[in-house]
Amino acid sequence: MEQKKDTLILGGHEFTSRFILGSGKFSLDLVKACIEKAEAQIITLALRRANEGGLANILDYIPDHVTLLPNTSGARNAEEAVRIARLSREVGCGDFVKLEVIHDSKYLLPDNYETIKATEILAKEGFVVLPYMYPDLNAARDLVNAGASAIMPLGAPIGSNKGLCTKEFIQILIDEIDLPIIVDAGIGRPSQACEAMEMGAAAVMANTAIATAGDVAVMAEAFKKAIEAGRSAYLSGLGRTIDRGASASSPLTGFLQSASQEG
Amino acid sequence: MITVNGKQIPWESPVSVADYLEANGYKRNRIAVEINYEIVPKSQYETTFLQDNDVMEVVSFVGGG
Repeated sequence: MEQKKDTLILGGHEFTSRFILGSGKFSLDLVKACIEKAEAQIITLALRRANEGGLANILDYIPDHVTLLPNTSGARNAEEAVRIARLSREVGCGDFVKLEVIHDSKYLLPDNYETIKATEILAKEGFVVLPYMYPDLNAARDLVNAGASAIMPLGAPIGSNKGLCTKEFIQILIDEIDLPIIVDAGIGRPSQACEAMEMGAAAVMANTAIATAGDVAVMAEAFKKAIEAGRSAYLSGLGRTIDRGASASSPLTGFLQSASQEG
Repeated sequence: MITVNGKQIPWESPVSVADYLEANGYKRNRIAVEINYEIVPKSQYETTFLQDNDVMEVVSFVGGG
């Protein structure tokens, strides 16, 4: 029997990679190497005031087959996020938007309420909206109703590399929400990305963990492998745990006997 | 005066968005343009003219997470 291809579907687009790569804090030539090593099919970008004089542009370093996921970083409310999303689409690289609304400059935590408002507006305008959010089940349900294409709960504060601090609450979203749950922010190590995938996350997004690694291309590959391993483990179904005691892995019969026991 | 990306620039006569972008080395397939908070579609760069006191934003993608 032919095995069904395991794909991630976002806004009607199919992806075989479940690793969304952030492109911040990299030198431009490393971006390309990381995309290749990560085998990423989606990469996030930010929108900023352009430089005059045709300086090198990050788009020159991203292969054509990669889907661009512009973020709305810098937006402090729904209105600003909508403005940034519309401008990003106008550059002419697709309808995807990673919606982030942040007005807390210490912890960079997202404002779920403003995010829901912006999701509703942008989804109606035909955007594929991937909202970054604090993992709250009620807010996630509102995002579903507002037309989000996936939900992106944070594992830990942006750029902190602290891992799955919100693990239990992400699990609730995975169990209760009928959209892909993509763990975004705070993932610092491949093992944490793997754990998120084992839990049933649909994808993992990482940026700082790779950009601040010793060898960024090697780390990009390590994340790719961890995400694939976690996905396979999830699809397989994890083995059970025993709270107390043990269960031998080897047979409990047919042991060699000592000479004295043989009598 | 017009304001482009927060910088004040002397204004003498109406200039099309297309001409302004070209004169200043912006690549049109890499940017988006907003004048007075309204997006200018690429198809209208030739027919939209910068007027005195206009506020223009020219944006493009950079690395980000």
